[in-house]
Order: sequence, then C-alpha cells, then structure tokens
Amino acid sequence: MTDEDYKTVGFKSGLEIHQQLLTEKKLFCRCPAGKYNHRFDAEILRHMRPTLSELGEYDGTALMEFKTKKDIIYHINRETVCTYEMDDTPPFEINDQALDIALEIGMLYRCSIIDEIHIARKQYLDGSIPTGFQRTSITSVDGIVPYKDREIEIIQLSIEEDSCREVSDYGHKRVYIADRLGMPLIETVTAPDMKNPNEVAEVGKILSNIVKSTGKVRTGAGAAREDVNVSVTGGTRIEIKGVPSLKRIPLLTYNEAMRQWNLLRLREELKKRNITSDTFESHTFDITRILRKTKYQPIANSLQEEKIINAVILRGFKGLLNWQTQTETYFSKEISDRVRVIACLSNLPNIIHSDSTSETISIAEWQKVKKAISAKDEDTVVIVWGSEMDVHTATKEIAIRAKEAAIGVPSETRQALKDGTTGFERILPGPDRMYPDTDLPPKRITTDRIERIKANLPEYYWEREKWYKELKVPADLIEPLAISKLAGLFKHAVTELGIDAKLAAKVLIQYPKRLRKMKVEFDSIDEEVMLALLRAYKQCLISKEGILYAMHDAIKYGVFDLDNLPPPIDEKDIPHVIQYTYAELNRKSLHKKENIGKVLCGMVMNKVRGRVDGTFVSKAVSKFIKELK
Amino acid sequence: MGDESYKGYKGKALDALKNFDALVWSDVVVDTGKAKYKGIILPRSETADQFHVVLKLRSGYNIGVLADSIKDIQINGRKEAHYKIPEKAFPYDPVKPNVKLLGTGGTIASRLDYRTGAVIPAFTPGELYGSVPELADICNLETEKLYGVFSENMAPEQWIGTAIAIGKEIEKGVQGIVVGHGTDTMHHTAAALSFMVQNSPVPIVMVGSQRSSDRPSSDAALNLMHSVKTAAESDIAEVLVCMFGPTSDEYGLLHRGTRVRKMHSSYRSTFRTIGEIPVAMVSRDKITPLRTDYKQRRSDKMVKINTAFEEKVSIVYYYPNMKPDIIDSLIDNGYKGIVIAGTGLGHVNKPLYPALKRAQEKNIAVYMTVQTLWGYVQMYVYDTGRDMMELGVIPTANMLPEVAYIKLGWALGQTNDLELVKKIMLTPINGEITEREPSNGYLIYQGGIPEVEEFISKHRK
Ligand SMILES: [Zn+2]
Repeated sequence: MTDEDYKTVGFKSGLEIHQQLLTEKKLFCRCPAGKYNHRFDAEILRHMRPTLSELGEYDGTALMEFKTKKDIIYHINRETVCTYEMDDTPPFEINDQALDIALEIGMLYRCSIIDEIHIARKQYLDGSIPTGFQRTSITSVDGIVPYKDREIEIIQLSIEEDSCREVSDYGHKRVYIADRLGMPLIETVTAPDMKNPNEVAEVGKILSNIVKSTGKVRTGAGAAREDVNVSVTGGTRIEIKGVPSLKRIPLLTYNEAMRQWNLLRLREELKKRNITSDTFESHTFDITRILRKTKYQPIANSLQEEKIINAVILRGFKGLLNWQTQTETYFSKEISDRVRVIACLSNLPNIIHSDSTSETISIAEWQKVKKAISAKDEDTVVIVWGSEMDVHTATKEIAIRAKEAAIGVPSETRQALKDGTTGFERILPGPDRMYPDTDLPPKRITTDRIERIKANLPEYYWEREKWYKELKVPADLIEPLAISKLAGLFKHAVTELGIDAKLAAKVLIQYPKRLRKMKVEFDSIDEEVMLALLRAYKQCLISKEGILYAMHDAIKYGVFDLDNLPPPIDEKDIPHVIQYTYAELNRKSLHKKENIGKVLCGMVMNKVRGRVDGTFVSKAVSKFIKELK
Repeated sequence: MGDESYKGYKGKALDALKNFDALVWSDVVVDTGKAKYKGIILPRSETADQFHVVLKLRSGYNIGVLADSIKDIQINGRKEAHYKIPEKAFPYDPVKPNVKLLGTGGTIASRLDYRTGAVIPAFTPGELYGSVPELADICNLETEKLYGVFSENMAPEQWIGTAIAIGKEIEKGVQGIVVGHGTDTMHHTAAALSFMVQNSPVPIVMVGSQRSSDRPSSDAALNLMHSVKTAAESDIAEVLVCMFGPTSDEYGLLHRGTRVRKMHSSYRSTFRTIGEIPVAMVSRDKITPLRTDYKQRRSDKMVKINTAFEEKVSIVYYYPNMKPDIIDSLIDNGYKGIVIAGTGLGHVNKPLYPALKRAQEKNIAVYMTVQTLWGYVQMYVYDTGRDMMELGVIPTANMLPEVAYIKLGWALGQTNDLELVKKIMLTPINGEITEREPSNGYLIYQGGIPEVEEFISKHRK
C-alpha cells in the first residue's frame, strides 16, 4: 500500500510507549527492581471482582468475565516481592529516583510539568496486578517531538508501576509471576499523528532514542513495550497491546487497518442482505444428542468428559464466516477468539461452522444438525462444545460478535500475534476505570526539584550525532553512542582528557560487545572505573590494546588497579622481542614451514598482549619474516 | 465554614477560584500561560495544602495546578456528582433462613465516588444485593444500621447497644446474626459481645474487610459471603469472628470471640486464634468444623443479655523502668480496675510495688496478663510473682490482655465486691481462659527455615 492508499482509508495511529526506568528499587515499595526469576517460593490465589461503574451498574462485559471467572494464581519469589505487591501492605512513598527520571524525560519531550501530582488507580480486571488496579500518576502533559518536517504531539506522560508477567492462561486458570510487578515505568502517549505504518515505527524509534539517551532507562527484552492505537475512517480506535519490538509495528498496524477496513466492508455486505443490528437474528440449540456419536475428534474427546454441544444459527450469514479480515485470517477467528477469551474455551478449535471447507463433522451430521434446528440455506451454523457453563457463555458471545458485525468495528484491545496479525484480547475497559488512590497524599513538584533536573538535562541525541559526525566517529557507532548511557563519558574523554574520538567511541561501544562475547558482563563496570582507565591510557600507563584487557580485569576482579597491569612496551622494543621469540621457535619443529609468520606472531602477541598495539606487532613480524628470506 | 461551593479550598487556592467564580464541579479550561488544562474542578481534601487547585482531566487522571500560576479559568458548565448505590430489591425465599446484618461502621461493603475518592458505604439489603448478589443464594437478608463509627471509636456505649440489638433479633427469631465492624477493634467488640450476650441459640458472626470493596481484589465480598453463610447455616451458636484464613481468596476462619486477635496491620489474613485453634473453616461451599466443643444451635430464644460495664478500667502495658506514677495516676483518677500486660510469665519491676500496694488498699482490682500473648501467667515461678500476688495482683491464666480489659469492665459493672469480681474473672464464659494449651495452639512458623519454606511452597499463602 502507498501513502495515498493509507490516506484513502484514513489510517491514523498513535503510540503508548511503556518504558521501564533504571532504578534500584520498585516504585511504591523497596523491593529490588529488575531481578527476574521464574523460581518462586509461594503461591497466592485471587479472584477479580468488578466494582460498580460510574452509572452504578456493573459493566456487562466485566460481569461476564467475572461469571466465567478465572482463578488468578500469583507466583511469589521472596527476593523480589514483599507484602506490598501482594496487596497486603499499603504503598510506601513514591520512589523519588524514579520520579526524577520521569520528570527529566517529560522535560526532554518539552512538556509542561504538573505542579502537584496525584496518584490514581487504574482498574485492571485481568489479574495482571493483584490489587486489581495500577497506581499511576500524570507527571507532565502537552509535549512535542520533532519528526520529519513536522511535530508529533505528546499528549501526556505518566509514571506507573509495571504489571506481572503472564506465565500461562488456560481455561479457567491464569498464572502470573510477580517479579516485574511494581517496577517503575513511564507511559508516553502520543496523539494519533502518524499517517502510515512506517511512520508509527519511526516515531517509536525517536521516542525510544530520546529516553535511552538519558541513560536512565532499562534496555533489553521487555524493558520497552508499545501499545499501538490504529483506526481507519469509519472504524474504531483499536489498541494493539504489548508490542515487544518496534520492528513489528508496521506489519501489525497494516493488518489492523486492513481488518477494520474489511469489517466495514462486511457491514456493507450485511446491509445488502438486510441484516442490521435491529434485524439480526440468531438462535441457540442443544445438539448434544445429535452429535453424541460423532467421530470428529475435538468434539468426541470432549463428550467423554460429559460436556455439552450447542449450535447457534446466524440467520442470513452464509459464507460470511469465511470473510477475510486480515492476512490469512477470517471472520470466524473473531468469533473463536471471543469464545476462547470470554468463555474460557481454550482448546482449539473451539468452534466449527457450516461455512468451513475443512473437514469437521461429517456431511451427514451437518445435515442432521441443520434439519434439527431448522437452519436454512442462507444461514450459517456455528457449533461449540464444552462444559455447560462455558458453552452457555460461548453461545451468547457468538451471537454478540456476529451482531456487532452489523454495527462495525467493536471497541476492544487486541494482542500482537507472531504472524503480524492481531487477536482479540479484551473488551475495551470503560472510561470510569480511573479513581483516586486514597492511600497516598498528593505530592508537590517543587521549583527546586525542577531546576535541579533541568540543570542536568542531557543534549538531544540528534545533537550528539551531529557532533560525532564532525568528530569523524565511525558511522556505525554514531547512533549507538548517541543513545548510550556512556555518551556523557565519551564527551568528557574527548573534551577534557583529549582522547581521540574514534578510539573513545570504539572503547565505549565496541569493547563492551567484545567483552560480552567473552562472557564478561560489561554493565557491572562503573563509569568511575572507565574514567580512571581512559585517564591511565592518556597518561601512557596502558596501551591502546591494553584498554580492553584492563576492562576485562576490572570487571573480573571488581577493581581497576594499575599495578596489576603489565606496563606498556615501547614499540622500539618489539623487534627485540620478535628476535628472541624466533629463537624459541627455532628450537621447536614446525609442521608447516609456510605458517611460520602466523605462529611467530601468535607467540609474540602472547608476550605483549595488551601492552602494545596488535597491528603494529603483526606488521613488525611480517617485516621480520620478509627480511629472513 | 460549610460552604460547599468551594469545598475543601482555603488560602491562595480559594482566592484563585473565587477570582474566576469557578466553583467545584465546574467544567473548565485552566490557563497557566505555560499550559492549558481541560477538566473538572474537584473538591480539595481538607488535609491538603492551600496552594493547589485539583482538576480531573478528561483522561480520568487528577492533577493539582499551582493557584499562583493560574492566569485564567474559562468555565464551560458544571457537573456536580451525586452518587447513590443502586438498589435492587433483595429477593425473598421462604425456604431460606433469615439473617440479620447489624452495621456498626467500617466498610464491609462500599463503593467509591470516582470523582472525589470518597467511600460510600453500601448497606441496605438492596445495596448489598447490588454489590454482592451471591448473598441471595444463601439467605433472606435484613439489615439495620446501629452506628456509623470507625473501629477505633467503638466504646462501651456501642458494645452495649449492639448486645441489646442482638438480643432483640434473637427474640424475633432470626436464624443468624452478622455484625459488620471495622477490623481494628473487632476483637475487643467480639470479647464484649461474648460476655454480654450469653447462651445465644444462633450464630453471631462478626465480619469486616481489610481491603475496601471498591477494589477489584477486595476481601469484603468473600468475607460477607462467608459470614452470612455461617450465620445462616452453621450450627455454631457462639460469637465468632469471620475473616480470611490465608491471604488467598480461598476460605475464611471462624475464630472464637474471646481468643481472637488482629495480628497484622494490613494483611488480609490478619486475625488469628491465640493459644487455641479456630472453631471452623468456612468456604463458599461448606463449613468445616475444626473443633467439636462449640455451643450448638438451638431452636429456643433463651438468650441472656447482660450489658453491665464499668468504664474506669485500664490496660497498662509494662515496659522496663516503668515508674510507679503510671499506676498512681490511675489510682488518683478513680480507676476501679487495672489490667497489666506484664513481661514473660507476668512480671513488673520492684519500684511499682508501693503503687500496687496503694491500689490494693484503695480496693482497686488489679489483674495480670502477659504481653507475649501466647502462654499463661505463672506467678509462682519467681519470687517477684509471689510478691505481687501478696499485693493483690491476680493472674488471669491465658486470658488475652484486651479480653481481660473487657471482662474486668464487665465484671466491675456488675459488682464492687472484689471477691465476686475475681470469681467472674476467673470463671471462663466461653474459652477466654482454657485449662490447657494444645501443642498446635502456638504456631508461628518462622520463615527461612527449609521445612517451613517447603510447606509454604506447597500451600497457598
Ligand atoms: Zn515490594
């Protein structure tokens, strides 16, 4: 699809980016942040109960979810979870370190900072937070980030606690592990200013780079997660939840736009067939007896466990369950998803239907069913099986989803699937899910605090990039360095210590990668040590080559100690080392004479590694060999 | 002040609002020059400062805007919120038992005013049916609001009133009584009712919640279901406290009113039977007795209500280096009874002796309990104990300090004759003193020990 095509369908998309902050502790308790472990010591069981909505009534969907309720199990590890996350202790005061980072990022987005922040509770009934709500607070609003020749509006930035990680969700049981729960993160919400799928990913990248450039956010798997809102003209704002990587955004948003477009076309088709939300007709029948002896495995297996079978007639729907919605995805999937999530029938396939061409129950059985329930040629029949309670919920849900097709694109949150399509996740929560947290008082953001943060704001990463280009930093290192938390150190090394920019970039960006390959965790080295090391290099106490080895040792032994390092060797001494190494080599017998250069070079390097530049050694050895001949 | 138009605002924030005639609940755009905020002006909490105006933004978030920074407030209307819990008639089923819920305060069922955060209690049968419809599967429910006080404000007046109300309900023939109560002093009230309401033919079940019912993970609904089920169906005709067993939504415990104590400031499973095991477990499906020695449900109405109470009674929590003036001041202020929570087996230091002797001379009843909560007072083991008994201090075996306090007030309310008081104090009415502590009556498993951790890993917390 071209930009023009996206304009035609009225593609609009906005982002909600969740980014974990790099703090030592969690947001509202003093548990360590960022320690993940699937091992657990204890389990807790909870049920989430819908509370009364603003209008004083239970939201229909919430109540339905409650009726087909899930046992929510939390896995608790005592190292990472205290009684706060279990919702058995009230919150402690907000983590100031986290709040500072949130304010800093708000300033980088050129937002207005809120004078007095109020903690709110945002309800989640899926169990992902044991309290049933997330503590969250707006810290800044109304910002902008430059993009191409325009500006993308930042609606708001809030600081909030992270939720549990889902371990499994099957039938009536959902399991979460609570280690991530309560970690501080920020949610950045943009206006729906992006006009095609690539723009969404590009803007996501800019936002991500801005926050990374502070050096105060977590990186790596799961540290940043995007919710993407997509709508097309006439469609509905759909939230695709928890996209784990920016790279997946274009395909997902494309598919979602396509889905909405196709659902709108489906509505037109229904209109042609005179099916509207008023004329929509469906009926449910118990057909357990008719299919009692079926050989179709999914149903036959279920019947052994005393389950029931129902059929739902969708009047006039013939063929429409095969209506394409997304890439290789059809309208029947919309129904199956609802049945899986809301009726908890997780075993797939969980429905079969008369539009299907794949083999299900036999033709004779279909005929028997259709006859028994008086299905006409123009109808579609959907069959669902399972426990009585679940099937009851499922048949209602099948009718609800089919009827919604005559209305348009239903409001819901959708999950990002691996194949780039989206799947139903939940009905969109109502607007009244926010309420004040009575456990914590409002907190004033003082002018002193704002001034202190402002004074230490990092430059924008694009400004850094510009400077790096001037310094002739290798192209592939420019972006990684600009968003690295070592960017400040780089600046110091170059401007204060007078270290060559190319070398400094290499040391700060490439060496950590090399160390990781050597299975040494670079993150455990602190900036002070790196600074001491660069200073030692500058004072010629270690060689260029020696820096990597010094880093290695500093991480391995936990300290940087000059005395532990061999002093650098003057390049003038190298010919001498080559000379006596050659003498050693002559005493041994070499299998392949032609390899002599390589072997000699290796032996010399073993003696001088880290004390002199490697390329100088190899050149000197080549020269020596040449002179031998 | 009473001015609802600017509810909670004072000082600079009030000035700013008045300046623009912006009443609370106004739908406004607040312009600070730097930013424009669209939202509704909310009332301000009385305890918050005078510098900020609270706005509920369209997104549902609340923020405080510095009053000094406000350049303009544009008013687009007013949306005052009035909240009511929806009432749905509680269904009546002639086959189901009748249960009466007496309310004393606390928020066993409530909903939240989403705009202000104020908690609105749900209390009428209709409101309760609206929030916990499952109750109708158990019984026919009637409710009566006796008081609306926080737990810490419960006092003899309320204990007496509740006991009398219970007596009346039993006279009327209900099959069970539930008393909704704040959790902080639920064990004090449970003890008071255990003494004031004797020989009840039906269960009297006290219940509360540790997490208010406006939260999706609240324990309120399940506690309410458990307590109503106990009142309607159990054959335990005693004063019981019904609260979560584990922190998980699994089952409740029925604690004897004289042996129960709140043991954690915030945990759901905060109530524990001390020195004994609970009477029973209760889940949504069944009631499982853990003991057999409870008083059985009867069909008569022969309840005895005795609401005598002397208020001049105190608990003294002993600490090292306590000075006699603490005891002296009680004597000088006309106290008639003192319960000491002593160290170890029931000790205080020697400097208190003269004061205790004075108390004895002034005919003040002094009783000894242990601040260890578990275990018996034993004043024969050391000389100090024997000395104290000489001074008229009477050991109360394994009566809990709070229970001894309530019982002493109740006993002194009936008579000034200290011999009679002693007889009342030391004759157990319903388990406040037990002859023996079973080996599983004291179980505080210590975290970290391998076998305990193994146990925890196998059973839900
Ligand atoms: Zn914690």
